[in-house]
Parts: sequence; structure tokens; C-alpha cells
Amino acid sequence: MSLIDSISFPRSFRLPRVDGLIQWIVPLAIIAIWQVASVTGFVPTRVLPAPSDVALAGWKLLLSGELVRNIWVSFWRASIGFLIGGSVGFAFGLANGLSQLSAKLTDTTLQMVRNVPHLALIPLVILWFGIDESAKLFLVALGVFFPIYLNTLHGIRTVDPQLIEMGRIYGMTDSELFRRVIFPGALPSIFVGIRFALGIMWLTLIVAETIAASSGLGYMAMQAREFMLIDVVVLSILIYALLGKLADSASRVLERATLSWHPAFQKR
Amino acid sequence: MQTALRTSLPETELASRANFAPHARVVREERPAQTIGLPLSISGLRKSFGDNEVLRGIDLHIPAGQFVAIVGKSGCGKSTLLRLIAGLDKIDSGSISFGDEVRTEDIRVMFQEPRLLPWARVLSNVEVGLGRDRASKDAHARAEKALTEVGLADKRDQWPSVLSGGQKQRVALGRALVSRPRVLAFDEPLGALDALTRISMQRLLERVWRDQGFTAILVTHDVAEAVALADRVLVIDEGRIAHDVVVNTARPRERGSAELAALEGSILSHLLSADDRT
Repeated sequence: MSLIDSISFPRSFRLPRVDGLIQWIVPLAIIAIWQVASVTGFVPTRVLPAPSDVALAGWKLLLSGELVRNIWVSFWRASIGFLIGGSVGFAFGLANGLSQLSAKLTDTTLQMVRNVPHLALIPLVILWFGIDESAKLFLVALGVFFPIYLNTLHGIRTVDPQLIEMGRIYGMTDSELFRRVIFPGALPSIFVGIRFALGIMWLTLIVAETIAASSGLGYMAMQAREFMLIDVVVLSILIYALLGKLADSASRVLERATLSWHPAFQKR
Repeated sequence: MQTALRTSLPETELASRANFAPHARVVREERPAQTIGLPLSISGLRKSFGDNEVLRGIDLHIPAGQFVAIVGKSGCGKSTLLRLIAGLDKIDSGSISFGDEVRTEDIRVMFQEPRLLPWARVLSNVEVGLGRDRASKDAHARAEKALTEVGLADKRDQWPSVLSGGQKQRVALGRALVSRPRVLAFDEPLGALDALTRISMQRLLERVWRDQGFTAILVTHDVAEAVALADRVLVIDEGRIAHDVVVNTARPRERGSAELAALEGSILSHLLSADDRT
């Protein structure tokens, strides 16, 4: 999964500007067809409001400040949860990749916890933290932890042992070996983990916000459902899609910047 | 192609070029007095992996600056011997001593694979070879000089992934040379290269060895390569030195000459007769 993932996308990403627009043709076409279907009455607005209605609802919420506030709250929760879970996962990945003792001590436990669907913990988390911020942060961090942990560990374990031997022969100290050989070697795999984690981050956050929250995008969608504001529900869903795309693009830019040595990322 | 051709020029032409090329002259003048080869004495050397005794008592003396080739069937222990000399594996019994106190920078190894860091530019890869001197101020200059010696100065800012197999191996050679080693161990460094690249690499190896005067130990399965390059060819069989052949042919050697071919033939017959016995 890691190889295909890291090789297939940069080819499309380094295409010239005109080709960069190609990826937006399909989403825009879908919206156009949807608009036509709504206006002609083929799809009743009670089922699915027209894109123009959704845009209008978005505009109203934007003016009232509600939209920006909710996006900001969700974005903040996602980032902090990602940072916490990601750093802890990265730290465990490093420790278990570099030290046999640490791996023996913790890996079995972590693998057991990994197999519990973290969203199954929601009732417990609500009992522990209430519907406070910390409940959402805990769930996001837990969800993000595993992809980053597993891919960091995998990346470090699969660094070419011949390169490590070379580093030792040339007198690298442990820290130099880590900085110049092990970490750069593990980086492609770590990025795969980050991109998986970003997906899980949104998923977890939205589920948590829908079930127990008093602000955020998930809360906004749930409130809208209560009042039958279907345009706002659809708006929230579209915003999730855009935020997900944004997070993915950000990780791609970072990946391209740090992996320019990789043949898959070189301009030809 | 250009650079490959450069290394295949006859020695005389290289020497006359050196007089005009300021780089080359600087290399000669600045060479520290200590970069002369180290002699090597091995006695009663044994090494086993589990129940498999790979080396069964090697006694060997290599004078300083000699070019020694080690040949033998696969699994005869030639690479193990090289790894022990280079300090990569632990000795079971016996000893290896160099005539002098050695620093890690004094002994360098070149492998069949280039083992370049894919995420470091060519020049940084060469700098890795400086060992503890990596942080010194002249690290860049020294790495550039080594890169010039292997004819790849124009590739300094490239990623290794864009280089050809032969060029990668030359970067690895530059990395091995940059610390001015006194013993250079080659573990089939040309094994993965095509025939033409091999020949130009062999000439390059011979040239840097003559320029720098390190003690060279080359493990190879190619007997023609061994007799073309070495002062002395050791045939290893079943963990012992079976034959110790001196190659007296004057340098530069003409590839495919009758003298070398005869020598190659006799060494091959040693190897094959050993094969028949088993």
C-alpha cells in the first residue's frame, strides 16, 4: 500500500497548470448536473436542495459568523488532536523501531488496543470526560495515533541495513546515524502514515461532534437536522469534503518538499 | 560518456594533463606524509558462523602499498576475510595487525553495491567518507577534490538516483578515498557493472592506487580482473590460502596480453582443480 500510495500521486501533481485543473472537472460537472436536476424538479428539494440553495445557506451562515466559528472550532480540535496523537505515535514508533526492549515491552499492548475500534470507546469517553473538549481531543488523538505509530515503526524497520552498516563503517555516531540515515529512510513511510491519519482525524472528529458537542461542524449539521434545514446539512458535508482535500494537499506539498530526492518526486 | 572516456586515457596522457590541471597538482602537493599504505600481518586467523568454519587458519603478510587480489569459489571465505580485515566482523581466533596505530579513517571498504544515501546529493555522499572530519571547515573542499579524482566533479549537486551504475560506484570510490585511507578493501566493487564500464573502473582503481599508494585488497570472482590489477593474487580454497601467485608484469598492463592470459589460465586451473576435488 505504501509504495503505490507514494508513487502514483506525484505524477499527477507535477503536471503543468492546465492539467492541474483537470482534477476539478468531475466535481464541477457533478455540481452542474445536480443543479439542473434540482431546478427541473427531477430531484425534490426536500431530498436534496439545489447547490445554489446550499451556497445561499452557506452565505447566510457566513454573514452571521456561525460558519466561520464552527469551522474554526472543528479545525482547532482536529489540529490539536492530530498533534497530540501524532507526536505520541511518532515517539512510540521511533522507540519501538530503534530499541528491541521497547518494542518487546509495548508492541503487544499497542496491537491489542489497535484492534479495538476507537469509536466504540465513545460511551466510555463521555463518561470519563463528559462532552468537554478533552473528549473530542482524546478520540482524535487515539485515532491518529495508530497509523502514525505503525508507519513510523515500519519505516524505521525497513531502512536498508546495508546503508546502516555503511554509516557505522564511516564512523557515524548514533545520533548522526539517525539524522542522516534512519530518519530520512523512514520518511516516505511516515508520510503514508500521516495521510492515513488525516483521513481518520476528520472521521473521528465529525462522529464525536455529531454525538456529543455544543459547537463545531458536526454539531452544526446535527442542529440543522433537528430543524429540518437540509441545505445546512448538505453544506456541512461539502465542507468536510473540502477540508479533507485541503489536509491531503497540505501533506502532499510537505511530502514533495522533503522527498525531492525520491525518483518518484523528481521532475523529468 | 565523456567522463568514462577520460578515465580510459593512457597513463602518460593523464600525467601530462596533470601538469596543466591546477586541481591535480594541488592534490599531489597537499598529500599528507601519512597517507602511505599500511603493511598487514595476519596469523592463525579463524572464523566460524555457527557450525560452519569459514576460515581455517590464514597466515598472510601484505607489505605496505601492495595491491593484492583474493580469488576463490563462492563460499570459500574470501569476503569473510575481507570483512575481518576491514573490522566489520569479530575475529574468532588469530590476529590481524597493521604496522602502525590505525584510526577508523585509515581503513575503508568499497562494496559491490554503491550504498549511497539516496537522500543526499553526490557531494554530501562523498563528505560522509570524511568520518570524524565531516564537520571540519575544509570538508567541502576535500570532498570536491575526491570527486574530481573520480571524474565526477560536474555531478556534485545531483541526486544519486539519476546516476548510472558506474557513476554511483565512482561516487562510492570517491567517498572511500576522501579520508586518504591507508588500506582500501574492495569487495567485488565491479561485480554489478557491464563489461566496458568495468574496464574503465579498473583503470580508475589502478590510477588512484598508484597516485595515493594505499594498500589495496581486492576480492573478486573475475580472475582476469585480478591479474590485470594486482601485484599478487591469493587463491583461497576451503578457508585456507591455496596459492599465492606473484604478478610481475610491468604497468601499465596491456589487457589481454599473452602473459596475463597465461597467468589467468593457470590460476583458473587451480580453481577448477579444487572444484573437481569436491
